[in-house]
Amino acid sequence: MNTRKRPEPVQVVKQRRDAALKALVHGVPYIQFLGVEFDRRGDELTAVLPFADKLIGNPILPAIHGGVTAAFLEITAVICLSWATLWEEIETGAFDPENLVGGKMPRLPKTVSFTVDYLRSGLPRDAYARAQVNRSGRRYASVHVEAWQDNRERPFAQATGHFLMPKRGLESEE
Amino acid sequence: MDKTSIAKHFITAIPHARELGMSLDSLSEGIAVMSMPYDERFIGDPETGVIHGGAVSALLDTCCGAAVMSHPRSPGGTATIDLRIDYMRAATPGQAIRARAECYHVTRNVAFVRATATDDDDSLPVATAAGSFTVEGLK
Repeated sequence: MNTRKRPEPVQVVKQRRDAALKALVHGVPYIQFLGVEFDRRGDELTAVLPFADKLIGNPILPAIHGGVTAAFLEITAVICLSWATLWEEIETGAFDPENLVGGKMPRLPKTVSFTVDYLRSGLPRDAYARAQVNRSGRRYASVHVEAWQDNRERPFAQATGHFLMPKRGLESEE
Repeated sequence: MDKTSIAKHFITAIPHARELGMSLDSLSEGIAVMSMPYDERFIGDPETGVIHGGAVSALLDTCCGAAVMSHPRSPGGTATIDLRIDYMRAATPGQAIRARAECYHVTRNVAFVRATATDDDDSLPVATAAGSFTVEGLK
């Protein structure tokens, strides 16, 4: 007899993961203000910043504002870090996106420091970013982010950030 | 038109600075003070109403750029090379953020800047920044 658990139907898995991601991203007003969205392939996230005139920092070139680039990278780092730490809970069903609809957001990591390197000017078109979590401990995490536009091999900005992790589970009873 | 009013026009011509409601409060040789009102659209933590670090970064970056351009040895425009921001504490919800940037050294190609951001309580900054910027316009 086969005792192995049957895999869940694909739609159930997708629905659960997409609902969790949507809850995480759409709960933050500033992410909505900039218009940042996230593409998901399995557990891999790509942040997308659709170009808009309000993002311009240099109207003569024109180029995306350096502050927008910094914010885009920081949003990517925080969401990807949260996503990575919440993944287990999302998969076991312990993380319930329904709770988020009622305003119960999971506590997000706090930025301790964030360093942005501007490699090229941000062109007036869509930008993409991916984060790599280099360390994720109980208290501290370190994340590297790269953003690009036309060519993945030619990033226009990169950043490294250090974060203070939110207290989890039973620890949250402060 | 003096340099400060030119700079004020310059800041309001930046679509993103206008979008965030930034204003240039003062500008003198290498020192810029700018502020940004509290706005619910900039919230990063919906539970507390604290504004997102990214919005503070945008203000600090703009203020640093203004400080570079106002420096007597800077002939024209500038672009950020790198900017490091340390977040000391959450900004108090409902309060405006004020940034003060000082361009403390300019070489032929690079300008060095440091800045602080505070809210109504100026005894402890919300964030500090340090960065390097390009020096443009020299032929």
